[in-house]
Amino acid sequence: MAAETETPKYALGIPGVNLEEVQRNVPENEPPPLAINEKLHTIGKSVPRLDGRAKVTGAARYTADINLPGMLYGKLVSSTETAAKIKSIDTSEAEKIPGVKAVYLIERNMAGAGANASADDRFPLVRYCGQPIAAVAATTPEIARQAAKAIKVEYDPRPWVTDIEEARKDDAPQVISAGSAPPARGNVQQRGNVRGPQRGGGASQEAIDKALAESDAVVEAEYHTQVQTHSVLETHGYVADFKPDQLTIYASTQSTQSVRDEMASYFNLQRNKVRVITEFMGGGFGSKLSAGIWASIAGRLSQKAGAPVKLMCDRKEEQQSAGNRPSSNQKIRLGAKKDGSLTAFHLVNYGTAGAATGAGVGGATGMYPIPLALTESSDVMTNAGPQAAFRAPGFPQGIFAFEQAVDELAEKLNIDPLEFREKIDVAPPAGSRGTTAWQVRKEERRVGAEKIGWKNRKAPNSDTGPIKRGVGMAQGTWNRNSNGSGTCEVRINRDGSVEALSAVQDIGSGIRTVMAMVVAEELGIQPADVQVRVGDTNFPPGVSSGGSVTTNSMTPPTRKAAYQAKQELLKQVAPVFGVQPSDLAMNDGKIFVQADPTKSLTLRQAATKMQGEHISAQASRGNTDYATGPGMGGVQFAQVAVDTETGQIKVERIVAAQDCGRPMNPLTLRNQINGGVIQGLSYALLEDRILDRQTGYMVNPNFEQYKIAGASEMPQIDVIVVEQYCARSSTDAAGIGEPATVPTSSAIANAVYNAIGVRIRTIPMTPKVVLEALAARKSNA
Amino acid sequence: MNAFEWADACSIQDVFAVNVKGSAIKAGGVDLVDLMKEGIANPARVINIRNIAGLNQINMDAGVAKIGPLATLSALAEHAGLKQTYTALAQAAAAAATPQIRNMATVGGNLLQRPRCWYFRNDQFACARKGGDLCYAQRGENQYHAIFQNGLCAIVHPSAAATPLVAMNATIELTGPKGKREMPLEEFFVMPNVNLHAENKLEPDEILTEIRIPALQAGTRSHYVKQAEMESHDWPIAEAVAVLQMDDKICKKASIVLGAAAPTPRRATEVETAITGKEITAELARSAAKAALRRATPMTQNRYKLAMFEAVISRAIMRAAAI
Repeated sequence: MAAETETPKYALGIPGVNLEEVQRNVPENEPPPLAINEKLHTIGKSVPRLDGRAKVTGAARYTADINLPGMLYGKLVSSTETAAKIKSIDTSEAEKIPGVKAVYLIERNMAGAGANASADDRFPLVRYCGQPIAAVAATTPEIARQAAKAIKVEYDPRPWVTDIEEARKDDAPQVISAGSAPPARGNVQQRGNVRGPQRGGGASQEAIDKALAESDAVVEAEYHTQVQTHSVLETHGYVADFKPDQLTIYASTQSTQSVRDEMASYFNLQRNKVRVITEFMGGGFGSKLSAGIWASIAGRLSQKAGAPVKLMCDRKEEQQSAGNRPSSNQKIRLGAKKDGSLTAFHLVNYGTAGAATGAGVGGATGMYPIPLALTESSDVMTNAGPQAAFRAPGFPQGIFAFEQAVDELAEKLNIDPLEFREKIDVAPPAGSRGTTAWQVRKEERRVGAEKIGWKNRKAPNSDTGPIKRGVGMAQGTWNRNSNGSGTCEVRINRDGSVEALSAVQDIGSGIRTVMAMVVAEELGIQPADVQVRVGDTNFPPGVSSGGSVTTNSMTPPTRKAAYQAKQELLKQVAPVFGVQPSDLAMNDGKIFVQADPTKSLTLRQAATKMQGEHISAQASRGNTDYATGPGMGGVQFAQVAVDTETGQIKVERIVAAQDCGRPMNPLTLRNQINGGVIQGLSYALLEDRILDRQTGYMVNPNFEQYKIAGASEMPQIDVIVVEQYCARSSTDAAGIGEPATVPTSSAIANAVYNAIGVRIRTIPMTPKVVLEALAARKSNA
Repeated sequence: MNAFEWADACSIQDVFAVNVKGSAIKAGGVDLVDLMKEGIANPARVINIRNIAGLNQINMDAGVAKIGPLATLSALAEHAGLKQTYTALAQAAAAAATPQIRNMATVGGNLLQRPRCWYFRNDQFACARKGGDLCYAQRGENQYHAIFQNGLCAIVHPSAAATPLVAMNATIELTGPKGKREMPLEEFFVMPNVNLHAENKLEPDEILTEIRIPALQAGTRSHYVKQAEMESHDWPIAEAVAVLQMDDKICKKASIVLGAAAPTPRRATEVETAITGKEITAELARSAAKAALRRATPMTQNRYKLAMFEAVISRAIMRAAAI
């Protein structure tokens, strides 16, 4: 670990609320503290994406756009059975088709569906419909499709189960035997298809029962969330070019390095023989954090055929097998005293991640200090496509249920839901391991409530007539993650041009532009003057874009590298001015003597004075934050109109008050928040992976029948970013991709309740669900 | 998608010359290409009729509307005369699909498209309509399926244009190598018990050449209501057209047709009877709508459609009556 020799002062808190300064011990050679955004010239100002033009004109090359000389087209053969043992695969007909250059049978699954049933099985067990089994490569996509169809798979069908309630029964068909399921965290048991519960919160059930019995109000309710597919616009895909000296892979990935490392391991190559390139990628949302099975298939086909192979999933393959957000059935008990203080919280969740595990829910226990909490979450394995990490894994599910329960509790106590959160969203007890996110949420509630006009909110079901309007809110939380391995190289060339290089890929959030802004801020130049090259493992290590870490992890090393390159440049040109390097500064594209700014050189002039061809500095973030500390907040407000005759919900407005430490680029930040809100809205109202109960086949594996909110569903979205300084790194940036989608579905559900006076505890809240809930009220009344 | 031949037809006669067995006719291609990509249609030859001159005209002479089958949904939606006189048709065209699809999709193709049932559209299901033994919707995922006449095959007719056209008593002209025939559109569509494998009476060697809507009597107004899960690109769950001849508030004549309710556009005669000769009020519209649903046979997942249809039918009546 680097010696901590300096203790400079950093901004801490929310400007206008509680801004102060704090001393931090920081590693050696860190750049000096950055002023708050209003005092900076580039960071915190809106900078259009530097690659925006390339994207909208089609010049940007995504993996699907890569065409190499002699390239072949790959095509998957996927299971048409929901559960089966494969008896044989006959490829002879396919191999006879002119233009077919390689056929590959998948010998094992790399993720999700688990390992083989036993070592002597030739083929992996089929555990869901759509599971990849084999692949072909041919000279045209048409021939490849024809050849894939010509491969004859003989199945021995087995009993299967897709319904979560059925799967929980002791006599249900076993989806994955305990021995071959992915390893569990902690000491959890598997019984039949149920693995769990994983327990959290620490309280005993007896203590919870007692506290609830002594509470003045208790909410007991069950909430359901559906399986949502990632529905990335660019499907999972790779172009693999297997050559004797190097395996080059163009990847639609959130992690160039993971793909490189996985492929090096899979093909038994050293890492210096594998190069992964992701110049642009069309969406991942967590589903492209690992190479999955597709990169290995493309690589094998390329190896066999001796030619580059492009393998892109089609939409059906993507929807069936490329990941999803697991479902949840959450039973909640939540109690409070008359004064509004929470007493106890108990959650029992069963969710299905398909033929995989990972259906836990989160968020509930991280937000409010609750004296007694117990969470019990179990995975129920089913014969369905395996889950993959999905934008704040577990949190939208957990918050959908929990923040509705909080509203229900507020109603029982006759306290306004916003006021109730003022009471419960408070500092954690002294000495406990808590966060300061409550502080930023307090401010977010204030500004958000003002924006949506909370004070005009009416009692539930106040409107006469069939269309009823309502307003609701919900809060979120997310971890402030970072990854210390993020590395950046900054070069200043002899002609004064500047480059920043890292293997990190742009998942779409605009890291290229933000890295350019950081370098520009440090060197006193414009972002457009910085050529940022990312998405290539030939560059210094980046980070995986998962956990909302990219900006958090990449801006500090970028700044540090720029700072060090600047120091070196100043050192080399100081003799020209006859001063010490520390007497010089850079701004407006110039190097000048601080005491006498008329003594200056343009960067271009100054660069010609450097000793070599370029000055290069490479820096890592390092595995240290200046401080451990706050999680992140986020408070969203929704206004909806519910047509009680047709059951249709129209979200008219969302106010999203979010925080992410120091905002870097307001434009790309707003873009991310809009995206999170839209995906949350679509989750709340529409998206649903539907499996036929008679066959286990997905009936909506396309974008016509799998419904995703479109332009007409868009509400007015008001984004409010609350600047919060945490003194955590040399840029103090944090991520926003995940927190922005956490509270949306719950805010909408709470608004729907305010509109119609009927609680909808199931998503998606389709007209069917709404009409059935309204009918149930009628028949109860 | 299979490999296929391409034939460009520049006239109706051209079509007959190249229309061998196993051919498919392509107008806008919106439905056909989809069916081919899903492996549901595997034509050996695709005959492109999009370039046949004169088949995309919309004429309104002497009050009769003559619509060429190649007129796009956008053209219908934007046609001033249709909007004015045959309002529900323009509304239905405007509410279908997306702007991009409406620019490509033809009204003929819209009438002749295959069902959107997800069992029919997925080649993994050998459903009854595709020659298999089973209508998977009966015991499966039938939330979007028919609530009337759904025992054999539970598709709903997918055409947005058909609902108003049937309500307006449109006729269609079919042309084959041996000549032309004309029939009411309402009779053109067939129920599964008549033909389980086709939705209409078009013969393999025929093409649709014109849609004719008779003149509407004075005081006639129409309205189309569509309810789906979303407004952007979604198929209706419930659809109703009311064509009312009004004398002040009294309905002299009513034509009410439901879409997304049955395997063909369904004339709601109960509603027509209930409101004809009566003053249109909200209560009457609602009770008439209820009457239309009395004979419904909802399935395991689609009972909610009854409430939705009640709203959609009564709204269509109210809006057509301008109450």
